[in-house]
Amino acid sequence: MLPARSRRVRAVREAALGYLLVLPALAVFGVFVFYPFAQNFRLALYETPPYPGLPSRYVGLHQVGQVLTSSSFLQSLGATLLFVVIVVPAGLLGGLLLAVAAHRRLRGMTVYRLVFSSTVVSSVAVSALVFGTLMDPVVGLLPWLGLNPSPPILQNTTWALPAIAVMAVWQFLGLAFVVMSAGLSAVPEEVLEAARVDGASERTVFWRVTVPLLSPTIFFGLVVATIYAFGTFGQVDILIGYSNAAFEHVNLLVYDILNTIQVTKTPGQAAVLSIALFVLTLGVTLVQLRFIERRVHYGS
Amino acid sequence: MGPDAGVEVGGDLHPQVARRPGRPRPRPGRRWRLAVRYALLTLGAVVVLAPLYLTVVNSLLPPSALAERPPPFFPLHPRWHDYPVAWSQGHLGVYLRNSAIQTVIIVCGQLVTSVLAGYAFAFVRFPFRRVLFVVFLATLMIPFEVTLVTNTQTISSLGWYNTFEGLAVPFLATGFGTFLVRQAFLQIPRDLREAATLDGYGHLRFMLRVAVPLARPALAALGVFSFLAAWNQYLWPLVVTGSGDNVRTVQIGLKLLQGTQVSHTDVALAGTVIAVAPLVVLLVAFQKQLVRSLTGGAVK
Amino acid sequence: MAEVAFRGATKRFDGRAAVDHLDLDIADGELLVLLGPSGCGKTTALRLVAGLEEPDEGAISIGGQVVNDVEPKDRDVAMVFQSYALYPHLSVERNIEFPLRQRQVPADERRRRAREAAGSLGLTDLLDRKPRQLSGGQRQRVALARAIVRQPKAFLMDEPLSNLDAALRLQTRADIVALQARLGTTTLYVTHDQVEAMTMGHRIAVMDMGVLQQVAAPSDLYDLPANAFVAQFLGSPGMNLLPAVLEPGQPSARVSGGHLPLGEGAAAAAARAAPLVVGVRPEHLFLSPAGTLGATVLLVELLGAEVQVLCRLEDQTKLVVRQDASAPRPAIGEGVRVAASPGTVHVFTGEDGTRLGGPG
Repeated sequence: MLPARSRRVRAVREAALGYLLVLPALAVFGVFVFYPFAQNFRLALYETPPYPGLPSRYVGLHQVGQVLTSSSFLQSLGATLLFVVIVVPAGLLGGLLLAVAAHRRLRGMTVYRLVFSSTVVSSVAVSALVFGTLMDPVVGLLPWLGLNPSPPILQNTTWALPAIAVMAVWQFLGLAFVVMSAGLSAVPEEVLEAARVDGASERTVFWRVTVPLLSPTIFFGLVVATIYAFGTFGQVDILIGYSNAAFEHVNLLVYDILNTIQVTKTPGQAAVLSIALFVLTLGVTLVQLRFIERRVHYGS
Repeated sequence: MGPDAGVEVGGDLHPQVARRPGRPRPRPGRRWRLAVRYALLTLGAVVVLAPLYLTVVNSLLPPSALAERPPPFFPLHPRWHDYPVAWSQGHLGVYLRNSAIQTVIIVCGQLVTSVLAGYAFAFVRFPFRRVLFVVFLATLMIPFEVTLVTNTQTISSLGWYNTFEGLAVPFLATGFGTFLVRQAFLQIPRDLREAATLDGYGHLRFMLRVAVPLARPALAALGVFSFLAAWNQYLWPLVVTGSGDNVRTVQIGLKLLQGTQVSHTDVALAGTVIAVAPLVVLLVAFQKQLVRSLTGGAVK
Repeated sequence: MAEVAFRGATKRFDGRAAVDHLDLDIADGELLVLLGPSGCGKTTALRLVAGLEEPDEGAISIGGQVVNDVEPKDRDVAMVFQSYALYPHLSVERNIEFPLRQRQVPADERRRRAREAAGSLGLTDLLDRKPRQLSGGQRQRVALARAIVRQPKAFLMDEPLSNLDAALRLQTRADIVALQARLGTTTLYVTHDQVEAMTMGHRIAVMDMGVLQQVAAPSDLYDLPANAFVAQFLGSPGMNLLPAVLEPGQPSARVSGGHLPLGEGAAAAAARAAPLVVGVRPEHLFLSPAGTLGATVLLVELLGAEVQVLCRLEDQTKLVVRQDASAPRPAIGEGVRVAASPGTVHVFTGEDGTRLGGPG
């Protein structure tokens, strides 16, 4: 039997090892996640002049109030919320439908599954260029198909935001499909068969059995999709610029943040916007947790 | 009303001739449903693939042809001219290289830190382990955009602006990756750990010789996932890359290409195809791992 | 009425026939057991009736009507799955009600029938629980309740007892038989356990490799197996089967280590075919100094009221002899003589095991 002292030494050494192993990741998080996050709160209270070297002035919550009530922020907020409301359900539903359609042991399913998951390779830049061309009034397919408003789609105050939304949804489809397919595989086939023998039509089987059993996955997808939607920015950057007539309607929050960092160079305001973004994202996630997670059925 | 109402009675029982073995023989009603299913699947595939397909087609056409009405759906005389132009004018060779370097650094970093931390959380006992794990998970709640302000300042002050360090270091660790790896490690039966201890294996050797090999599918999946995410990054490379080609990634390169090729959409599209091609190859090769990686996250 | 019939039903997977030209009739109100080893096609046959698989050839009919084109949901059959397949997200009560919801039964009627079904299976106290809170036996009863609640034309049961422990299995077996007798519903019951089959079925259909071997009442199956497969599958242990040659001029078969007497009819049938396989059940053999067969004892198993003696013949074939515990017990390694009671030897062809004649 080992003496107690040796055991304590072993415990200490094990703890040290634990901390050592966790240290690299923790260091990265500390410097690049938690510190910046906390710094936002400090920066928000200071008005920093655009010229480096000059001292920043403590203005307290005045800056916060100023930014949050500014018309550009409110526009941003509106556009972002609308965007999220469009993109998240569309993306999830699309992924779910594709996953259900492809979840059969039929000939050629592998090909369909490959196609449906293919948009994971698309990046923001890729989807922007691809759809930008599709929507171009001169060479694009969509205008030819009849969708040719004036001004053209990407400069149109009504159509610009839906256009960006379409790009975001398309890009997200591949991921949504993969996630939903994975969740579907966890639904036991026999329970679905029991429902069919019990007399349920395919629609009933889907809504009353598949979806409830898929609810953890759907919920996971919901959270991921929301965070993704709130962070959308690249397409606006590439296809729509400051000078674009429709800009105000597509001024997504992240674009605003970047703008205040790079163009107006007011980190204080950027910090306020960042906090606003965080609160928004967290808030929506918490709402989801509160209202939707209750109806999620976990595990059998 | 009985469930048989409306169903035609065949009367006699007719044994029918067999078709090719192994395939379910669809009968009227079933055949119809199967056809509808395939039709819907094909429609979905067309919708998903159309943007990329049209991009490829358009990249093979001369600029004048793009404006044709109706737009051509298939290049009868494919013009490969644009690809070398995109490559050289868009500096795509350099950008692809930069993307590759940045991505490889990030993927390796994420794998290493996730394995170390994941192992610690799964197998090593140390005080506040649970608290620290929650801290790791908390990073998932802080979207990157929220930390943008301070991170740009940090990178700047570290002198890492426009360098690979600046591009990669903030992403060397990921809460999602740690979670995934920990889950995979937890699947390893405790008996195995105990047997290894009896055989004289300390933590490090167990991690390297047993745990990591056993968790290989999850690690491969994490690798694929990280690769995709890193390669497709847009916001951070945009912010951290200055002028010059030293570290510019292909995503930013695409944005530039689009800007300089306003009248040569076909060239920009060719560039897009080049940028996407490596990922498409990887997707086809690693389709299974991709599904598995998101299974780990979706099934909580 | 609710007869079920297979007419030349065939179902193939990857080119291999899981069910091979099955012709089978199940009478209204009958409990027919589909018995066979794993992979013999019995579950596939069941699923053909449910509509979960479609036949590649042939027809399935329920109540005299061909149902090949009818969806599972319209066939009015109820299935009890091996894994029970309960809806994990619904309570017991909702699970049982589920089939009735599809048929637009009004809510109060639904509740009444569900509670009735639950009550008849002792589930009344568990109505609010979820499946994961139930034991295996309870889940099984919920699956049964769900099946009986809508009074279908037929019950399809896929090895419902195989996940239960031995004691529970015995009890539930009796419960299912009583239930079926009370309700009078045509039942197709799949199992690989021949004891279950023998005690439960009105008739048993034995299958092997997708092919129906024999369908008959349990006693007929046991006493007059149609082929060697059925002969050794039924009974525990099954019938002893020995390669044999007809003795010229005598009603007797020469086997390794001796000979066994045949009845006249069996001998005549055997004369027309060679090589032969003779079979005799362990309980029809006994050790006797006057026995016609010589063997060496390998193992003596005490089974309480009986003793089972495992012997080896000259050509290494194993032979099982079952005798009363009071009879003199041999020692291991001892050479013994084995005799067959008169009129108990069956004859099968050596080629495909079909019965030729006997016992006698």
